[in-house]
Amino acid sequence: MKLYNLLSEKKSAILNRWYDAVLDTYPSDTSGFLKGQKNPFLNPVGSTIFQGIENLFEELLYEKNPHSPPHPPLTQGGQERGKGGMGGLSGERASLFLDNIIRIRAVQEFTPSRSIVFILLLKNAIREELKNELVERQLLEELLFFESKIDDMALLSFDIYMKCREKLYELKVNELRRLTFGRLQKADRIDKQENDLKSNNNEALERKEVNK
Amino acid sequence: MSKTPKADELSKIDYMPPKSGWMDTPVEFKQGFWCYGSKAKSLETVGFPNPRQWSPADEDWKLPENWQEIVLKGFKERLDKYRSFKVFMDICVRCGACADKCHFFIGSGDPKNMPVLRAELLRSVYRGNFTKAGKILGKLAGARELTYPVLKEWWYYFFQCTECRRCSVFCPYGIDTAEITMMARELLNLLGLNTDWISGPAANCYMKGNHLGLEPHAITGNIEYMLDDIESITGIRIKPTFNRKGAEILFVVPSGDLFADPGTYTTMGELMLFHELGLDYTWSTYASEGGNFGFFTSNEMAKRLNSKIYAEAKRLGVKWIIGGECGHMWRVLHQYMDTWNGPADFLEAPKSPITGTVFENAKSTKMVHIAEFTADLIRHGKLKLDPRRNDHLKVTFHDSCNTSRGMGILEEPRYIIKNVCSHFYEMDENTIREKTFCCGSGSGLNASENIELRMRGGLPRANAVKDVVEKYGVNMLANICAIDRAALPPLMDYWVPGVGVTGVHELVANALVMKGEKERTTNLRGEPLPGVVETREERRKREDRRKEVGRRRKREEG
Repeated sequence: MKLYNLLSEKKSAILNRWYDAVLDTYPSDTSGFLKGQKNPFLNPVGSTIFQGIENLFEELLYEKNPHSPPHPPLTQGGQERGKGGMGGLSGERASLFLDNIIRIRAVQEFTPSRSIVFILLLKNAIREELKNELVERQLLEELLFFESKIDDMALLSFDIYMKCREKLYELKVNELRRLTFGRLQKADRIDKQENDLKSNNNEALERKEVNK
Repeated sequence: MSKTPKADELSKIDYMPPKSGWMDTPVEFKQGFWCYGSKAKSLETVGFPNPRQWSPADEDWKLPENWQEIVLKGFKERLDKYRSFKVFMDICVRCGACADKCHFFIGSGDPKNMPVLRAELLRSVYRGNFTKAGKILGKLAGARELTYPVLKEWWYYFFQCTECRRCSVFCPYGIDTAEITMMARELLNLLGLNTDWISGPAANCYMKGNHLGLEPHAITGNIEYMLDDIESITGIRIKPTFNRKGAEILFVVPSGDLFADPGTYTTMGELMLFHELGLDYTWSTYASEGGNFGFFTSNEMAKRLNSKIYAEAKRLGVKWIIGGECGHMWRVLHQYMDTWNGPADFLEAPKSPITGTVFENAKSTKMVHIAEFTADLIRHGKLKLDPRRNDHLKVTFHDSCNTSRGMGILEEPRYIIKNVCSHFYEMDENTIREKTFCCGSGSGLNASENIELRMRGGLPRANAVKDVVEKYGVNMLANICAIDRAALPPLMDYWVPGVGVTGVHELVANALVMKGEKERTTNLRGEPLPGVVETREERRKREDRRKEVGRRRKREEG
């Protein structure tokens, strides 16, 4: 548990490193804004990422500790999303926190791998922040275990990323379907109208009300 | 935007200069962020240049050989014609106040979505061709040549601006960035470079009077369906008139509200309201579009489409006009109509026949937003309302960019909602009223192929909705714009599932107690009203009705 205590102690430094590394995946003109603007309404991307990685970090720490009290109930919306059956991780909570970030990155300028790379950046942040301690206190084994948890989250991220993309395709298809249906409806109505007109004319002809 | 780097950031600095600056980085067309190109047929219909089959993804856009000459000539003409354009090209000091105000930048992080940089795409060419400093100093003075990649960059980014003008609110010089986008789009249109989603509706409207290309019988047919539904819900058969000469008022709605849910419920609401008032009004099947996709094309096209409403008002001999719940229709009306086609002095200053209120603000255009009209009715106690019928709704209000920033309709819709609903909650103050965030799909960007763009552009709006959902349990997003009603449902579906979208007059009609109505058990959507326990018989009837509608649609589908 030595590593876990260390991670808790250095939580804020690690989070800052992680946060900076995630924001550096954006163009430099942008990362300044994402880091600087603290109002969540004016900077939903930066604030969602910061809140998200903090929650994820706590989730990772929480999982190992057998004395942890039961999880508080989820208060954020979308509880039903992504109930991943993760081995060691509580998939539901992790999914929710990951979802908030990935949902954003899935519509930004990233390739799929760049969209979810943010979770792996935590490894670097920990290795850099705890560089000396890891060697001095012989924490390799614990570190490997912790990192495999991060890998689990990376796998979960794939699922969530795909769900977001599938949702986008679904939205696209729904819009197209509505449009096509509308056009068919319109075309059919025009057709019907013309047929009605024709049969009316024919009837009138038959009744000899009009001449051809 | 600049800041001093921290020590560890400095240690990570890559001393190699970036591969290329923004001016020299050619645009990469990414799937999901652009709309299909205009079709030849649509351009031919309105007599626009260079009609041809093309795709923005193609290397060759099939431009006329002298395309540079055409654009620069057009640029010069516009600089001479519009003083504001010239000023906007010269005056920006690149202070960056607008940079982080754009919903596309906030959602995408793409620096070229900063309003200042987007405008710089145009300004750089302006400097290179029309200023001495730019001609002599070139790049040093922020100038560049108009090349093929630059033209493509224009197209990509000026169709990533919704002309919402949030950035203009923060500009110390009051530069209207939307007008810069409009000018850029005008120049692109000189080469036949529009999007299908804009040029198609503009051509439809030019030929048939509305964006969807609904012909007169389709309009009356759609409204008949609505009347059937209203009758089954209220027991009242409404008989509106079409193209009736001598009516006092002409009523014009955005055609989307005649066609697709949830906009159709708004139209049903308006039909019910006018019936209840006994208003002397008529629909037109020719001036059947309040919106104006010409406005996203060119000044000239917008003027042509706008003139139809007034020509029809003249033909029918009405006294004034009420316009439905629409967004950009009102920026057009409020800020441009009078210059193009006004003053409409063959009409009378709008005066509500119910309350006697004269709408001074519309004295010149003679056209009143239905939210103003209805708020006035409620203010004078002319409507019998039962807000409890909306008690299952926790409503928030999204200010449409054009009605809020374009003409200052801020209080009226809120006043109406508070009178017809018991639960109303505002979103964060930075995201409403004149600081409202765009739906992400305005100015003709609500196509399907650019859904990623729309989703990220709508993120700041959705983020504020999410907050009131978590805090107050909000489940309905009200608005007074047809594009909102089309664009917000998928936006909510992606970011905040479970939040519905409604026009304000749908809420009004649900609360409206009409003379001679039967006891209502459902709202306009056919859902049971709060507190109403359906009997088995009623449930069966409702399901039969739903099945009948399904069958009817299937039959029509063929």
